[in-house]
Amino acid sequence: MTAAQAQGQVGMDPERLTLLQRRAKRFNRREATAGFLFISPWIVGFLVFTLGAMLYSLVISFTHYNLATGLVRPAGASNYANLLTDPDVALSLGNTLFYAVLAVPLEIVFALVLAMVLNRVGRGAGLFRTLFYLPKMTPAVATASVFLLLLNGNSGAINTALGFLGIQGPQWLIDPAWVKPSIVLMTLWGVSGTMVIFLAALKNVPKDLYEVAELDGAGPVRRFFSITVPMISPTIFFNVVVLTIAALQVFDQAYLLFWRDQGSSAPEASLFYGVYLFQEAFRTFNFGFAAAMAWLLFVIILLITLVQTRVAKRFVYYEAENS
Amino acid sequence: MAITDSSTGQPSLAAQATGIEIAGTSPLKRRTVRPLPLLGKAVLWIVLIAFGLLFLYPFAWLLAASLKPRGEVFDNALIPHTLQPGNYAAVWDQLPLLSWLGNSLVIAVLAAGLVTLSSSLVAFGFAYFRFPGRKLLFGFVLATMMLPGAVTLVPQYLIWKNLGLIGTWIPLFGMNLFGSAFYIFLQRQFLLGLPRELFEAARIDGASYLGLFRRIVLPLSLPSFIIIFLFEFQASWNNLQGALIYLNSGSPSNFTVPLGISYAMTTFSPTNGGHGDYQYVMVASLLVTLPMLLLFAFGQRYFIEGIATQGRKG
Repeated sequence: MTAAQAQGQVGMDPERLTLLQRRAKRFNRREATAGFLFISPWIVGFLVFTLGAMLYSLVISFTHYNLATGLVRPAGASNYANLLTDPDVALSLGNTLFYAVLAVPLEIVFALVLAMVLNRVGRGAGLFRTLFYLPKMTPAVATASVFLLLLNGNSGAINTALGFLGIQGPQWLIDPAWVKPSIVLMTLWGVSGTMVIFLAALKNVPKDLYEVAELDGAGPVRRFFSITVPMISPTIFFNVVVLTIAALQVFDQAYLLFWRDQGSSAPEASLFYGVYLFQEAFRTFNFGFAAAMAWLLFVIILLITLVQTRVAKRFVYYEAENS
Repeated sequence: MAITDSSTGQPSLAAQATGIEIAGTSPLKRRTVRPLPLLGKAVLWIVLIAFGLLFLYPFAWLLAASLKPRGEVFDNALIPHTLQPGNYAAVWDQLPLLSWLGNSLVIAVLAAGLVTLSSSLVAFGFAYFRFPGRKLLFGFVLATMMLPGAVTLVPQYLIWKNLGLIGTWIPLFGMNLFGSAFYIFLQRQFLLGLPRELFEAARIDGASYLGLFRRIVLPLSLPSFIIIFLFEFQASWNNLQGALIYLNSGSPSNFTVPLGISYAMTTFSPTNGGHGDYQYVMVASLLVTLPMLLLFAFGQRYFIEGIATQGRKG
């Protein structure tokens, strides 16, 4: 018997229970304790490695942290002031935003096209879904080691293929204008995760809607924009948000293609925010500055996600019972 | 929330495992798609096959390059002019590939095993038990999913450094002891599909709370355990940045797969002072991809279901 139950039996007027007591009454003490025990691993992790780490990071961002000596000097807001003056912050931020603006729409369109084709095929779709998914299973290092050669400006397979079509391919990995498209190309090869999410959403669009629209004389384009797009708009929104966050943190591909070899010089156009942050933190051990960079990224991601949510409110259609 | 696997139209893994169909939640009955006219169908298949070839090409290229002698690796021929299968024997002497595979395997098993167990325990806590602040705390779980990893990168490194664990494998899986937001969400989603009466009945039979986890959650929610394990195994196998941060200064034989291949790409590069035996990088890349392809061959539906669940989070 719990304390709350005991109180109830004593005959206390329930109206006079304080809010806290009324709350406690709703829970069985044993059950609540066990519940807290079960979630305790997460609570510890959250307090130490998330919340604690965030506060720690905030403190560090106001210091000069010397890893070798372990000395910490207060830095005031100078790390944040340096964000504004360091040209590489602006450069890497610009590169990253440019990449995101280029990559995300292409990923969405490409994944949606693949999903729609698969959705229409019927028999045999499973085989192709498997096939399209294989790049997603390929480790980034393996993808990069192959694309490094496919994208080679002189002898790479991509430019050779373009040559057959009479097109002079660019120096993908050297020409600043083509550095980001190279990474986009690699990303598009592994777009199947997004495709699978779209495919699941497309299967959930009731077929009756299409039949009714067809009877009303709506063509395929009209059906796509009046039925498919609104019905899967929550999924489109979700994918845009997730892919944007991923694009703003791009690291693996850029590191492997351009920054892996510290002895050679990489094109400026490939200096992404994630790469620069990594270098500041773990190559020059400039922890205070890196922490400030991380907070700037956090704020930028938060703002972009908020704007996307705002915009989405006007376009995303949520079915009342389904979401 | 309907628990039908919407990507295949089959009853979902959860529903299959439990044999429970929740009335009123199954989506609208699907009719078969009206057959396309012949021309439309032909166009569709041409598009599909064209994309299929495009997606397969890098794999074919990799396989071919891994069988070529040094001088021909970059010639783009899908059928090697000179076949040199000996690359596959020689690579083990050229690179500590066996160590990398072994290291990554141990780390991936530990990472995946720990996170599967911890996330499931936490998810059970959120799904079954009623306690004050449950909604708020679960809101925090969801919020941490949105947190960019960069924000905690530096402090987490300092925490491991203060514990004296830099250079060991522990930072690569240690945090998995505490569960991971997406997996907690996924497992909770599965557990909410199990009827509460099942648990109540077992309680009346005298089962402890841990007993509920072992005797009901574990067997009935096995598919989601598998999904979490496979996802984390893949993530761990791919973890380049973690290895760069925590293992980079050690000897190459202590590297994981991503760090090792990255190292090989530089040392064997034909330019920038590498010695140019890039065919070994190709062999190694192919060999470290194979375990992932095997994983997918056996666990395809778990991967697909897991990804589709991600989409339903929105």
